[in-house]
Amino acid sequence: MSLHAMAPEGHADHEPYTPVFVGARRAELDELLTRYPTKMAALLPALWMLQASRGWVSPEGMEEVASVLDLTPAYVKGVVTFYTMYHQHPVGKHFVQVCTTTPCNVCGAEDVVSAFLKETKCNELGVTSPDGRFTVIEVECLGACGFATPVMVNEAMIECVSVDSVKDLLAGLD
Amino acid sequence: MGYPHPSHVRETPVISKYFGDAEARTLAGWQKRGGYETLKQVLDTDPVAVQNVVKDSGLRGRGGAGFPTGVKWSFMKPDGKTHYLTINGDESEPGTFKDREIMRWTPHQLVEGAAIGAHAIYAETAYIYIRGEYTEPIARVSEAVREAYAAGILGKNAMGSGKRVDVYVHKGAGAYICGEETALMNSLEGRRGNPRIKPPFPAVAGLFAQPTTINNVETVCAAIHVLRNGAEWYKSLSSATNPKSTGTKLFSVCGNVARPGNYEVGMGFPMKDFLWELCGGPPSGRTFKAIIPGGSSVPILTPEECEAAVMDYEGIQAAGSLLGSGGVICFDDSQDMVRQIARLARFYAHESCAQCTQCREGTAWTTKILERIRDGQGTMKDLDTLLEIAENMTGKTICVLSDSCATPVVSGLKKFRHEFEAKIPKNRASVMIPGFSTAAA
Repeated sequence: MSLHAMAPEGHADHEPYTPVFVGARRAELDELLTRYPTKMAALLPALWMLQASRGWVSPEGMEEVASVLDLTPAYVKGVVTFYTMYHQHPVGKHFVQVCTTTPCNVCGAEDVVSAFLKETKCNELGVTSPDGRFTVIEVECLGACGFATPVMVNEAMIECVSVDSVKDLLAGLD
Repeated sequence: MGYPHPSHVRETPVISKYFGDAEARTLAGWQKRGGYETLKQVLDTDPVAVQNVVKDSGLRGRGGAGFPTGVKWSFMKPDGKTHYLTINGDESEPGTFKDREIMRWTPHQLVEGAAIGAHAIYAETAYIYIRGEYTEPIARVSEAVREAYAAGILGKNAMGSGKRVDVYVHKGAGAYICGEETALMNSLEGRRGNPRIKPPFPAVAGLFAQPTTINNVETVCAAIHVLRNGAEWYKSLSSATNPKSTGTKLFSVCGNVARPGNYEVGMGFPMKDFLWELCGGPPSGRTFKAIIPGGSSVPILTPEECEAAVMDYEGIQAAGSLLGSGGVICFDDSQDMVRQIARLARFYAHESCAQCTQCREGTAWTTKILERIRDGQGTMKDLDTLLEIAENMTGKTICVLSDSCATPVVSGLKKFRHEFEAKIPKNRASVMIPGFSTAAA
């Protein structure tokens, strides 16, 4: 299975914030707004657009989303913090999520996590590797229990990952 | 067809007929297989007549609760208000992955089902809410929606019927609780996914405070086949001995089992045959120790209880559990039940939305106590405390996440108590609290 990595467009922390919702993305948001009777309903999609563009959901990004949807930044932050998939800080180029909930756990998912931590040199869950390439986390049920252990690398879900296949999987990433 | 393995001869593939058939993913492929013919007929039929066929078929909601679908649709009256249909594609119950395969292999089946459901409840708009982790299903369904609009199947004059049907895909962002119907509505509205207090029920004030129906992905897909072939045909697919559970059901099988995957069988299928003949039994050299038959939120069964059961709403209930979402989780004799039940509790503690105290505190404390028992630090009194907490978590909160955490703990303690007791050091009667001396030591 090929991996389509979600490539952030750059913009490291220290660079001045440039707006996300301009040009084609603004047009995309405007189209989205026609689908719902309220502007607020476009909040989750707008946050997805922000994250796809910048790789994470920064405080400045939340302020911009708030302003385009007529919400307060505090409200937006309240929503962002409820959901697990919005990154509230920058993560490695390859964000690896290993399912360890019971159905995968009984198939040895914890050993798969250990293999990822070792092979990526992250060593610790949620900590980005020294070369900035990887962040590994445990995730609750990915909904692919019959294909234990499922692993998500950015937007790609890889089925039936075992301790033995971790090295090859990582070697296939750029 | 069948995926990940060809359909077994004893399966009844209706919804899953084209799993593994890549051509069925495209609009042309779906139409070649009879797709959208039912929608065309339905759009020219009065919604009440559509509701009645589904009522007569006995189709019940496939998300877990098992509420009769036709009855749910009939709550929606032509009152001049804006109605919404929401499709629950948040599939997040551990052990369940049936909707994923429906959306991956037959996205047009879902789009057709959504459009039929919308018409049946006097709605012009259906939102398909799909969990954020399902990147491939989201892409497949979004492409199917795009194709359907381009072909005039959806839009302001759907299939030339003069009726407007809009279908939109909405991506979740990682929260088990958003599979709860009112939490899903809050999430779709751009809010935190906290479940709402009922009443008002969604049929009165749901999404955007308008009359709303919410259906599971599998339910609306089943409705297509009911409407195409008739209520009597649908009832003929299941065991004639139980008229309360009709048609087919997709079961997802996972854990320690020889052939994990999705299986579609007629309601009333013998569970012993299902586990051994279709799924191949436990992995080679192992025996089953426990089975959770309907997703992680239902009571754990022993293999003996399972082998005597038939797979329908009433049959699994009679065996002491629930059909739930149809997620069958298998544990073999190498598994430590304390460890696995503790892991389940951790799942619920992680996923609690935290608005009800019983759930926020109960899931967290249940997990802490189970993990200390797992690590050999527990006391006999902890077992009583777990049951006491479970009692306080059951039937007392806005939604049933809290109950769902208590269920495997109570049934696990009942059926595998010896495993818990074996982990408790004999001389530990109570927990030492630093700075205090305890009478019992």
